[in-house]
Amino acid sequence: MKLDTTGLEMAAPLWGSHSELVDGFSAAPSFELPITTDFDGFQKEAVQMVKPAKGTTTLAFIFKEGVMVAADSRASMGGYISSQSVKKIIEINPYMLGTMAGGAADCQFWHRNLGIKCRLHELANKRRISVTGASKLLANILYSYRGMGLSVGTMIAGWDETGPGLYYVDSEGGRLKGMRFSVGSGSPYAYGVLDNGYRYDMSVEEAAELARRAIYHATFRDGASGGVASVYYVGPNGWKKLSGDDVGELHYKYYPVMPSMVEQAMVEVAGA
Amino acid sequence: MPKQQANWSPYDNNGGSCVAIAGADYCVIAADTRMSTGYNILTRDYSKICKLADKCVMASSGFQADVKALQKHLAARHLIYQHQHNKQMSCPAMAQLLSNTLYYKRFFPYYSFNVLGGLDNEGKGCVFTYDAVGSYEKVGYSSQGSGSTLIMPFLDNQLKSPSPLLLPVQDAVTPLAEAEAVDLVKTVFASASERDIYTGDKLEIVVINADGIRREYMDLRKD
Repeated sequence: MKLDTTGLEMAAPLWGSHSELVDGFSAAPSFELPITTDFDGFQKEAVQMVKPAKGTTTLAFIFKEGVMVAADSRASMGGYISSQSVKKIIEINPYMLGTMAGGAADCQFWHRNLGIKCRLHELANKRRISVTGASKLLANILYSYRGMGLSVGTMIAGWDETGPGLYYVDSEGGRLKGMRFSVGSGSPYAYGVLDNGYRYDMSVEEAAELARRAIYHATFRDGASGGVASVYYVGPNGWKKLSGDDVGELHYKYYPVMPSMVEQAMVEVAGA
Repeated sequence: MPKQQANWSPYDNNGGSCVAIAGADYCVIAADTRMSTGYNILTRDYSKICKLADKCVMASSGFQADVKALQKHLAARHLIYQHQHNKQMSCPAMAQLLSNTLYYKRFFPYYSFNVLGGLDNEGKGCVFTYDAVGSYEKVGYSSQGSGSTLIMPFLDNQLKSPSPLLLPVQDAVTPLAEAEAVDLVKTVFASASERDIYTGDKLEIVVINADGIRREYMDLRKD
């Protein structure tokens, strides 16, 4: 019996011909490569020149009721804030979410590509793809582009037949299954708050508040994170956006300005 | 033989700035017409704005050779779309096409910083802003190019639109009237020309509304 090895084929044919853009999506899109003696040096220069937007805080955790996913919305290019309203939580399909950290274009493109592959899987197999399967598809693609300068640090969160699922996938080719992750320049701060307040049996409101606080604290201390803290919940019926709050306003909500107590009021003195 | 560094770069920066503002039933796209290289001005009369579809216009700054190649590529794809679907591409559809086109050259990027402006299927103004490799988002206003760091804070101050990520959802388009938006654009470029050496000469403004596309010019500082 001949084994089906199509899944093992290289997703990115390095020197293959430039495929038609309107072609099928079964193979990963092939990319033109510059003809240069020093590919790495060229890529370093190109990255310096285009300076992809990065710097972020994203987090996700599994708890009793499902998966909670949260992220900030700032994109920075070097020291310049290029946008305060980037969508870092990408809706792959109605029951799966992906988070964006690293190169914005890389994350947007490959998450959309993953959504297409998931849909093709559904049509071919008459059932939804599992979170395990989806994360594996993405990880295999990123692994095949390993070393070429993609910058992707993403979490795939979803609810499938086995219950809630959460995987961390990055452009080095790593793929980890876990209960709690935070990715990005603000992640150390988010982990501090998240790890401290986490319990498996929280209600949806408590978990949402924990996620919101963790993002807020990360944006407070990390210059590359800010904007709007979005919180999504993934449950048995799919994902639902729970809140989107400006972190500046969250600050004054958590730490309201108290009018200071006046001990002795100054009295006007008439004349000298 | 010791490792040699390349003494030729395929890229150059021709400078310039572009701006786009979305309104309730209009969209304003503007760019200066100066094309430079290093400290030299190549020409004072180069248009950075290109009409991609009936209700969809793109302004790009950066390396104009790459911009020209990108415009030709998109025009060709639009023609194919028209043959296949018997209609013009909508602005959101063109926005996704531009993003994919940019990303397909992820490892040899188009050095082009784009803003796309137009009307969506309901006639409401929409602006999309891009980085060089295709990441994009729909915004109420945007600026790109050498003067963008000067222009953006001013637009933030005048037009600060609520983030589309806030819940409950708030509208991103500006409540300004069309004439006021055009006036704002003129003011913004006049200021940018004062402090950015690559921005100046002439300002080209394109306004898209239900009646069609209108073009306007204004002189800027030539120094």
